[in-house]
Amino acid sequence: MSDAKIKKFRVGVASCGVAAGADAVLELLSARATVPVEGTGCLGHCYAEPLVEAVLEDGKSVFYGNVKADEKSIENILNLGEEGRFEVPALRKAIEKVKVLALAGRINPTDFDDYVAHGGYAGLRKALTMRPEEVVNEVKISGLRGRGGGGFPTGNKWSFLAAKQADEKIVICNADEGDPGAFMDRSLMESAPHQVLEGMLIAAHATGATKLFIYCRAEYPMAIKHLKIAIDQIYEHKLNHVDGRELEIIVKEGAGAFVCGEETALIASLEGGRGTPRFRPPFPTDKGWKGYPTMINNVETFGNVPLILNEGGAKFAEVGTEGSKGTKLFALAGDLKYPGLVEVPMGTTIAQIVFDIGGADRDSVKAVQTGGPSGGCIPAELFDTPVDYDSLKKLGAIMGSGGMIVIGRNRCMVETARYFLSFTHRESCGKCTFCRVGTTRMFEILERITAGKGTEEDLALLEELGPKVRAGSLCGLGQTAPNPVLATLRYYRHEYEAHVKDHCCEALECKALVDLFLDQSKCVKCKLCIKSCPVGAISDNFVIDNAKCTRCNSCAAVCPKHAIRRVKKGSN
Amino acid sequence: MDQKYSFLEKIGREPSNLIKGLQAIQGAEGYVSDESITAVAEYFGIPEVEVEGVLSFYAQFKRVKPGRFKIAVCDGTACHIKGSVQIQEWISSALGIKSGETDKNGTFSLETVACLGCCSLAPVMSINGRVYGKLDRKNTIKILKEYEAK
Ligand SMILES: Cc1cc2nc3c(=O)[nH]c(=O)nc-3n(C[C@H](O)[C@H](O)[C@H](O)COP(=O)(O)O)c2cc1C
Ligand code: FES
Repeated sequence: MSDAKIKKFRVGVASCGVAAGADAVLELLSARATVPVEGTGCLGHCYAEPLVEAVLEDGKSVFYGNVKADEKSIENILNLGEEGRFEVPALRKAIEKVKVLALAGRINPTDFDDYVAHGGYAGLRKALTMRPEEVVNEVKISGLRGRGGGGFPTGNKWSFLAAKQADEKIVICNADEGDPGAFMDRSLMESAPHQVLEGMLIAAHATGATKLFIYCRAEYPMAIKHLKIAIDQIYEHKLNHVDGRELEIIVKEGAGAFVCGEETALIASLEGGRGTPRFRPPFPTDKGWKGYPTMINNVETFGNVPLILNEGGAKFAEVGTEGSKGTKLFALAGDLKYPGLVEVPMGTTIAQIVFDIGGADRDSVKAVQTGGPSGGCIPAELFDTPVDYDSLKKLGAIMGSGGMIVIGRNRCMVETARYFLSFTHRESCGKCTFCRVGTTRMFEILERITAGKGTEEDLALLEELGPKVRAGSLCGLGQTAPNPVLATLRYYRHEYEAHVKDHCCEALECKALVDLFLDQSKCVKCKLCIKSCPVGAISDNFVIDNAKCTRCNSCAAVCPKHAIRRVKKGSN
Repeated sequence: MDQKYSFLEKIGREPSNLIKGLQAIQGAEGYVSDESITAVAEYFGIPEVEVEGVLSFYAQFKRVKPGRFKIAVCDGTACHIKGSVQIQEWISSALGIKSGETDKNGTFSLETVACLGCCSLAPVMSINGRVYGKLDRKNTIKILKEYEAK
């Protein structure tokens, strides 16, 4: 291998890579290498970040994972050493189907020519040779459904806007990605911004749009930067001249409100006001931004569009299930070995994603949460369920946008439900009483239960309130907010009951229901725990005063012998 | 209008740019002061209460001056599962401030946010936009010390 010649290096410098230290690796490698070193996007293997790819003269590549920014690691890479080589796990390779993310981590995201050299804008060129209604029809044939969570057929939505006669027609890309725990859209925008924009330009041709917006959450500075650079390049190459119209493409930054991902709230926010949803109808395609017909699609939805044009709708529809076509990106995180981004055909089972790709330990997984705070948990017993819009709905969960959080057996499901309600009640815009007050009451009840002060009536109350909040709310936020509670009550009722009847949190997560215990037989009297305790709860003879202790776990975290652990309250 | 806010001129005057204007103010000063609200209201030709209404709706906007180093601890789902609450408690007790507060010297301010998009590295925090992942007690305290020395 040592005589193979290196053509260039690529370093993954999307936000996740940078957070792992990839910028320092890029800098050091650039200083030392005699061949070009490029920054690229995210390959999805976040667990192996920072990732370096050595592209060889013969077209092959060698990857290095978890690269450190030190002389030794860099030297090893420059010499194509055997150490630290990274390979995609075989199981993952067999299941995943990389289509939408094909260019992520393969191109320089802000290099227009690189995108074009990899087939970029061929979809747009093809679309422009077709009549608008033919393009809409192609999208219909593909069976593409909205990736923003709702799963509405994209071709139908396009045809609504196309049918409108108006001075201005608006297309909006929803890049608010509010589900905490999801990062598919971020990754796609950072790694292949032109792909999303190409999808939007194709939509503009198909629907007769005059203005394009991208509403991106402010927490994604790199995505915003890459989009802006890409838009300048589009202007430069006049790709925004579509059917004689000169399209304006505008990036607007969100300002930190989950509800602004809902389409009518998003429009209100784009108009500069408070992002409160309104009643539909009229639907945005009838009356949207400043009253003009407006169509909203998700980032990943647009990311799929160039593929549909390139390979044709019928070919696209060959992948997936009866009702859900194509592939889906999932952001895997939580209690598993290989967190990251994966792309799989619709219909892949949860077990395949969580165990085979995510490397989660079969015995230690309790559930997954899909769809974030609007979704539901799916217990491990049901992991044979294929991921498609309809199967997940049947379980009381939703596909959502693609966040998939693996929850281990050591987590308390009541606490998890409490966490989601703390989020939704905070993010409720306050317009609907049932959402504003109802989610607050549900949150308070869950606080009570996790504090060990709940009663059996509280469980009945949750079950009564849930459907009411669902029915009495205008937008999806309130309509779905009870989901995590109702789903955990359905599958993990025994945990709720243990909290209210026996004041016991099996997972030892709820602070009010645990004590800290120092096992004298393991203790080596190093005093690190005593030093770390912020409230002086550990005596000189190493006994924890649980009346003083705040359960902050500092002592357990510093103990070199793992002599300190949580136990059921009052049990020692 | 106060000369200090002349950079608003670069942003179109239509009210749909209000949020953009406020973001520009916060970008320049780190927060939105009473004084800047007056300037923004005047510039866009809308009542101050309306500006306040928009400000209070969005979590991004700060009404008090933040510290030199802005710590944002992620409490998104992935980070929560991975123990973000504890990370935040450790930071709180190390710096003596709670979420939403700034310390006395104006060095650190602490806030809790929902998801920085680096969930695979959970638990995560950012300081002045730089993201740190895979936090535990030891490296969190170490990072704080490094900033303190700056
Ligand atoms: C509370 C709430 C939050 C939402 N957040 C998002 C989001 O962050 N990103 C997104 O694409 N769609 C989000 N949606 C769905 C949008 O309203 C809309 O259905 C979607 O953007 C349409 O695009 P699609 O058809 O391509 O999926 C949210 C909906 C609700 C009710
Ligand atoms: S949940 Fe913390 S970065 Fe996403």
